[in-house]
Amino acid sequence: SDQQSSGSPAKGKPRLLLMGQRRSGKSSISSVVFHKLPPNETLFLESTARIQKDSMASFMDFQVWDFPGQIDIFENPTFDVDAMFGEIGALIWVIDAQDDYLEAVARLNMTILNLQRSYPNIKIEVFIHKVDGLSDDYKLDIQRDITIRIQDELSDYGFENAPVTFHLTSIYNHSIFEAFSKVIQKLIPRLGSLEAMLTNLCRTCRFEKAYLFDVLTKIYIATDNAPADMASYEICSDYIDVIIDITEVYGSWPRSRTHHESLEGAPWNQKLEDQVASNWAESCMVLSDGNRPIMLREVDKYLALVAIMKEDSYDKMPLVNMNVETVVQGLKEFFEITKPK
Amino acid sequence: MGKSGSGKSSMRSIIFSNYIARDTRRLGATIDIDLSHVKFLGNLTLNLWDCGGQEAFMENYLSQQRVHVFSNVGVLIYVFDIESRDVDRDMATYVSIISALCQFSPTAKIYVLIHKMDLSPPQAREQVFMERVRLVRQKTTEFVQSTGFTGEVDLTPFATSIWDQSLYKAWASIIHDLVPNLSVIESQLESLGILIEAEELLLFERTSFLVVSNWTSDEGQNNPTLDRQERISNILKHFKQSISRFTGTPRNAEQFLLMEHKCGGRFSIFCLKFTTNTYLMVILPPGEARFNSAKLNCQIARESFKFLDGPVAANAQGRD
Ligand SMILES: Nc1nc2c(ncn2[C@@H]2O[C@H](COP(=O)(O)OP(=O)(O)OP(=O)(O)O)[C@@H](O)[C@H]2O)c(=O)[nH]1
Ligand SMILES: Nc1nc2c(ncn2[C@@H]2O[C@H](COP(=O)(O)OP(=O)(O)O)[C@@H](O)[C@H]2O)c(=O)[nH]1
Ligand SMILES: [Mg+2]
Repeated sequence: SDQQSSGSPAKGKPRLLLMGQRRSGKSSISSVVFHKLPPNETLFLESTARIQKDSMASFMDFQVWDFPGQIDIFENPTFDVDAMFGEIGALIWVIDAQDDYLEAVARLNMTILNLQRSYPNIKIEVFIHKVDGLSDDYKLDIQRDITIRIQDELSDYGFENAPVTFHLTSIYNHSIFEAFSKVIQKLIPRLGSLEAMLTNLCRTCRFEKAYLFDVLTKIYIATDNAPADMASYEICSDYIDVIIDITEVYGSWPRSRTHHESLEGAPWNQKLEDQVASNWAESCMVLSDGNRPIMLREVDKYLALVAIMKEDSYDKMPLVNMNVETVVQGLKEFFEITKPK
Repeated sequence: MGKSGSGKSSMRSIIFSNYIARDTRRLGATIDIDLSHVKFLGNLTLNLWDCGGQEAFMENYLSQQRVHVFSNVGVLIYVFDIESRDVDRDMATYVSIISALCQFSPTAKIYVLIHKMDLSPPQAREQVFMERVRLVRQKTTEFVQSTGFTGEVDLTPFATSIWDQSLYKAWASIIHDLVPNLSVIESQLESLGILIEAEELLLFERTSFLVVSNWTSDEGQNNPTLDRQERISNILKHFKQSISRFTGTPRNAEQFLLMEHKCGGRFSIFCLKFTTNTYLMVILPPGEARFNSAKLNCQIARESFKFLDGPVAANAQGRD
C-alpha cells in the first residue's frame, strides 16, 4: 500500500541506507556514530566489499546498511530493490566535499529519479561530508552548488520539491551526530508530544535547554522548543561521554561480598540498596562562572536526559530532581505506547 | 628533544597549554629552543626546553651550545616519531645527544617516548613499540660500552600518541618524580580516603590535569582498569575544552567547580576544586549519606592540603 512505501516507520525496523562513491566516508560514518570508533582510526578502515548490515538495538530498533561504493543497485539484477526500499526510513547519500563531486552528484540524481518512480516519499538526506578543514564560506558555496545541481536536474525531469535535505558533516566534530539526529527525528512517530514534554520540563525547572539522547550513539531524539544551537548540543553530548567513560572505568566491575557487607555496618547500619536515593544515574556539573550548571539523568537503558540549567539551580537540585523524575515517568510511558508491536 | 616533526611541541601544548590534538596541526616548526617556565602546584617551577629538531639546530646544540644546553639537565625527554623512515639516522642523532648529556648531566633521568603510535594499526602497536625500544636500549648500551661511561643510564620508555590517554600516562610519570613533599601528600590522602570510606582518590594538578598523587583502597585495587588515572585525566581535560567552547572562556582558565555523579547502586563520584592548584576526585561506594558527608569532609580537609599551594619548599629549579 501507499502507506508502506512512504518511508514512515510503519512496521518493523526503520532502515537507514548509506550510499555514495567509494572513499566518500560511509564506513567511517557508521563506525564513528554507531561503533564509537575514534575518528582518526578510520584511516585503517578497509574498503567495503559487500553491504554491511548493522542492527542497532536502541530506544527504537533500526538498521543501518552501508553500501559498497561502486554498486549500481538499479542495474544489478541481484538486488531486490523492492525489499530494500519497501521499509526504508531514509536514504543517506554521502558526498566527499574534499573531492571532485560531479560524478557523485550525477549518480545521486539518477538514484533519486529511479526512486521517485516507485517510492516517491522516501526521504533523501545528502551528507556533504569531510567539511573539516574547509572554510565556512567554501562550505556554503559547495552546499549551494550541489543543491542547485540536484534541484535543476530533478525539475528538468518534472520533479519539483523532491524531499531532499542537505547536511554539512565531518566525523571529526559533532556535525555528523547532529545530522543523524535530524534524520532519526523524522522517523519518530509523534515526535511533537515528546517535544512538548521537554518544553514543559524546561518551564517547570527553569532549564535553558533539554535534550533527550540516545546514549550509545549520542544522537538526540528530541529537544524542547527553544531554538537548538550547536553549542548546547555539543556540551550536553560531551557530558554524556564523560559520564559513560567514568562509568566504564569505575562501574563495570563487581565489588566483593565482604566489602559490600562492611559498607552496611556501622555507622550506617542499613542495606546498601536502602542507602541509595535513586537507582538511576544522576549527575551534575557546576561550572566555574556559577552560571548554567549541566545535569544528566538516566531514563532507561538507552536514553538519558541532559539539560542546561540556569544560574543558582544547583541549590535547588532536590526539587529539580523531583520534577525530572515525573517527566522521566512520562517519557517511559511514551515509549511504551509508541513501541512498534 | 627529538627530530623535527616528531611531536614535541604538540605534546607540550596539550599538556601545559590545553590544546586539543587537532589544534597541533597548526604548529610551525620550533626555531632554536623554546623556553617556558611552567608553574606546577604553586611551589614547583618546571623549566621546559623545547628544542627545535631541525638538523642545523641539533648540530648547534651538540657543538657551540653544548655546555649551555646539556648542563643542569634534570630530565631528558627524547621523542621518536614511529613513522620516521630513517631509523638509523634517528638512532645516530639520539646517541650523540645521550653522549652530550652524559658528559654534562650524568645523573639526568631519560624518558624515551615512541610517539605517534596512533599511526600504527592497533594490533601491531605492541610489537612495533617493543621493537623500537629494544633498538634504543641496544644503541644506548653500545654507547655506554664504547665510551666506558661509568654512570648508569637510566632509561624509561613510553608509547605515546596525542590522540589518546597514553600521553598522560607518560607525562604523569615524568612529573611524579619531580613533585616535592610527595610522601606528605600521600599519607594525608590515605588518611582522608580511609576516613570517608573512599575507594579511590585522585589528586590532579589544576592546569595539566595530570595525576599528582593518588590513593586506592584495598577493594579499589581490584579494579581491572589499570590505565584509569590517565583515562580520567584525558576525559576531564577534554571536557574542559568543551566547557571553554561553551562558555567562551579562555581554555587555560578554570572551567568547573564541582562535578558529581551518582551511578545508582554501583558507585558515586565527585570531583571538586580542592586547593588553589589542585582538583580532588573521590570515588565512593553508593549511598546518599556517605556521599554528602564525604563531600563535607573533603571541603574541611582543604585546610590541611594548603601546603600544596605554598611557596618553594624544595629547590626544584635546579633539578630541571
Ligand atoms: N578529513 C576527513 N576525512 C574523512 C572523514 N570521514 C572519512 N574520512 C576519510 O576518508 C577515507 C575514506 O573513508 P571510508 O569510510 O573508508 O570510505 P567508504 O565510502 O566507506 O569507501 P568504500 O566503502 O571503500 O567504497 C578514510 O581515510 C577516512 O579517514 C572526515 O570527516 N574528514
Ligand atoms: N598522527 C599524529 N600526529 C601527531 C602526533 N603528535 C604530533 N603529531 C603531528 O605531527 C606534526 C608535527 O608536530 P610538532 O609538534 O610541530 O613537531 P616538532 O617539530 O617536534 O615540534 C603536527 O602536524 C602534529 O599534529 C601524534 O601523536 N599522532
Ligand atoms: Mg616543535
